[in-house]
Amino acid sequence: MTQTRSTFDRELAGIQDHILQMGSMLEHAIRRSIEALRNQDTDLARRIVADDQKVNDLRYVIEEDCMALIATQQPVAGDLRRIIASMHIAIEMERMADHAEGIAHLVIRMAGEPLLKPLIDIPRMAEVACEVLQSNLDAYVVGDASAATAAAGRDAEIDHLYDQVFRELLTFMIQDPHTVNRATFLLWVAHNLERIGDRLVNFSERVVFMTTGQLRELDGSWSKDEPPG
Amino acid sequence: MVPEQDKGSVGANPKISVRHLDFYYGGKQALSNVQLDIPAREITALIGPSGCGKTTFLRCLNRMNDMIDGVRVEGEVLLDGVNIYAPGTDVVDLRRRVGLVFQKPNPFPQSIYDNVAFGPRVLGMNRQGDLDALVEKSLRQAALWDQVKDNLQHPALDLSLGEQQRLCIARTLAVQPEVILMDEPCSALDPIATLKIEEVMQQLKEEYTIVIVTHNMQQAARVSDQTGFFWLGELVEFDVTGRIFTRPRCDLTEAYVTGRVG
Repeated sequence: MTQTRSTFDRELAGIQDHILQMGSMLEHAIRRSIEALRNQDTDLARRIVADDQKVNDLRYVIEEDCMALIATQQPVAGDLRRIIASMHIAIEMERMADHAEGIAHLVIRMAGEPLLKPLIDIPRMAEVACEVLQSNLDAYVVGDASAATAAAGRDAEIDHLYDQVFRELLTFMIQDPHTVNRATFLLWVAHNLERIGDRLVNFSERVVFMTTGQLRELDGSWSKDEPPG
Repeated sequence: MVPEQDKGSVGANPKISVRHLDFYYGGKQALSNVQLDIPAREITALIGPSGCGKTTFLRCLNRMNDMIDGVRVEGEVLLDGVNIYAPGTDVVDLRRRVGLVFQKPNPFPQSIYDNVAFGPRVLGMNRQGDLDALVEKSLRQAALWDQVKDNLQHPALDLSLGEQQRLCIARTLAVQPEVILMDEPCSALDPIATLKIEEVMQQLKEEYTIVIVTHNMQQAARVSDQTGFFWLGELVEFDVTGRIFTRPRCDLTEAYVTGRVG
């Protein structure tokens, strides 16, 4: 058998490196947005907003690299799926970074007002999101559909935490209407994290597609042990 | 691996059914147990590395290999359900029904008109009006009529390579075949001439069953309805073309179409 295509493999590896770099930037943005919230650090929040442009730029780099590879190498089968999946994943991560930026904007808007309550579930949502992001990136690199499916299943944890946050903040608002403003801001923060969770499911779906060729929705209800069908 | 029962069939209505086909050049086996249904009025592409048996297989479909000394064929090739290797088969009529377009354009050193009229004349068509109509129809089907209609008596060898290949297609069409075999018909042509041949193929498949051997995988992906992948004399996978080039079932097919082996 002849081994060929070293140039193609090198360019494909370049796209993968950019996806991992973007994933790292996204995780950093999510963690720092919660840190800014916890410390009510508006300077950090402004840096997160500024840094989002770098994530946006990297998304376009990945898209252009993918388009160039399709145009010049005419990839097929698993290669084509990896490139198409990479484009979608880059777009999903860019939107997730926008949600982290959204949290940073809320921190800036909430400046000067004390936090309504100690943060427990919101940081937990962010932590689960970062873990799922890492699992997805690992699954993307090795092409592991089972791992991606299991990662998508953890969206239920994020949804459950969001539900808890929602109920708790609702209680605050009912008991004391003066808290509505601060509670609403926190609810928006949680909502941004919930949306990140949904987009992580999309990320998982793209890894499953890349690996198996199956285009289907993962509804977040999969058990960790259940293999993709 | 692809399940045996799924390997060589993509649907009903086969024009040609190949059953347990083995082929030997002397003591060397070139094809092993090939099973395949070629659908009518569709384009079937055969891909695989050099020496994998795809051209040998193509030439089995109209017994062109009979002309080579020392070859042996086992199994069946059913054309409309009738085995073309059965004793008593009229091989000349078989090759009229199953025409072959070669890799390099090979027009006769005659006029454009006489090239196309050659086959019908051999088959006994002598009335000028009938011949004229058939030559025009064949040249139109090969998308060559508009370029040559005023120069039908010019030498065929004066045409460009792409035009010569379309003339060879017209020559094949003139004997009113049912199946057209094409053995890398565009390998000697530039991209524009290649696209013209591909357009002709798309038109022709409304009336004819086409089987094309190609080294150009993008061409197989562009023009064919189903694709068969040969490796070391075996048909590894046969499926609709969209599937072969997006999510083939077999790892070896994936490795070949993505250029990892070959």
